Amino acid sequence: MQIFEYNGSAVVAMVGKNCFAIASDRRLGVQLQTIATDFQRISKIHDHLFIGLSGLATDVQTLYQRLVFRHKLYQLREERDMKPETFASLVSAILYEKRFGPYLCQPVIAGLGDDNKPFICTMDSIGAKELAKDFVVSGTASESLYGACEAMFKPDMEAEELFETISQALLSSVDRDCLSGWGGHVYVVTPDEIKEKILKGRMD
Amino acid sequence: MSQSAVDVPPKGGFSFDLCKRNDMLTQKGLKAPSFLKTGTTIVGLIFKDGVILGADTRATEGPIVADKNCEKIHYMAPNIYCCGAGTAADTEAVTDMVSSQLRLHRYQTSRDSRVITALTLLKKHLFSYQGHVSAALVLGGVDITGPHLHTIYPHGSTDTLPFATMGSGSLAAMSVFEAKYKEGLTRDEGIQLVAEAICSGIFNDLGSGSNVDICVITKGNKEYLRNYMEPNPRTYVSSKGYSFTKKTEVLLTKITPLLERVEITEVGEAMEE
Repeated sequence: MQIFEYNGSAVVAMVGKNCFAIASDRRLGVQLQTIATDFQRISKIHDHLFIGLSGLATDVQTLYQRLVFRHKLYQLREERDMKPETFASLVSAILYEKRFGPYLCQPVIAGLGDDNKPFICTMDSIGAKELAKDFVVSGTASESLYGACEAMFKPDMEAEELFETISQALLSSVDRDCLSGWGGHVYVVTPDEIKEKILKGRMD
Repeated sequence: MSQSAVDVPPKGGFSFDLCKRNDMLTQKGLKAPSFLKTGTTIVGLIFKDGVILGADTRATEGPIVADKNCEKIHYMAPNIYCCGAGTAADTEAVTDMVSSQLRLHRYQTSRDSRVITALTLLKKHLFSYQGHVSAALVLGGVDITGPHLHTIYPHGSTDTLPFATMGSGSLAAMSVFEAKYKEGLTRDEGIQLVAEAICSGIFNDLGSGSNVDICVITKGNKEYLRNYMEPNPRTYVSSKGYSFTKKTEVLLTKITPLLERVEITEVGEAMEE
């Protein structure tokens, strides 16, 4: 069995007009048994920067703690929040450092940079950055997510429409994947507010 | 060391502390993940006034296209560029690292970087990791000694050539070069030949696809033509877009308003000295 299929996950991020959305499923399993239905995969680094981690759940939590530690050190030294591009380079360096014994997770980073320009990127487990202008996906449901996002994505969507699009893409993709699902967790971030929504999905 | 209380940022180089755990997981039957590869067609050729490098723009993760428009021509120095094939993280990390080392060297010597310097730094690094850092590179540039083009293999061997191809599409591109290359090409002829070689890789090799990137380096000047040709546009875009008949059901909504940024509109009076 693949190592990424041990816990199961689905994470997707999309770019809108001066806003971004990041969404994940909520299942935590051990191979085919479901252990929890409220697992937190997306974490806030600062008000305008979120990271979603898919893959082995223990590495998801360890990597998140290391990144929060490094960001807090940065805030103390520089007296400001990290820009999304800088944070992406930091994550890439931390993952590449373990090139021959990697953290078994794939991050999805989403943030608002200068001038409220949205930034998204994903990486493989050794830190190869993949910047995109439209959407990025990761997890066991990634192949379905690629297809759903290609079909449903439109450029320059406003926050409401972006929320609807990312939710539909996530739910339709996890419905075709046994290892992820049990609802959805969506964050839509604009310059003025963070909207966090829990979605109702199929519980199987 | 895993016993330290504080996780101090390390001083560089690789760290191997998760290897034992990953081996244990592999023995239990969990297969290791696949890395992002750039299946790729990368080429370079020397023309009358300098060097032209070309690359496709597809990044694959197994059989899936992960990135339809990635950048495979990496900056090394103002007069040196490098195309990378193989594991994407390795090509990016190794070219970034050597690019930084070249910049420090330029500050120390007050001279423009030479292509042979970049070549030696790259081959030393790749050889010392015995091929495990899986980066196959086409390095080209123009320095004080003239135009140079080299290929570097993952195990650290190098070749110096007038025209070169690497990657999974290298046979398709090499066939075009062997048929049509001649010495003393002009700039336009060279660009056209490189574009043709990359297109041959894009259309015939499954690991390469999307668009053609070209970089022209001459004495004292460089031109990076990103997406020079886009022979694979999306033809199925629907003008109406996707409409959802049924809205998603939301169980819980939490809105966190962010602090508004205060704008200073009036400038106060200056203090009297």
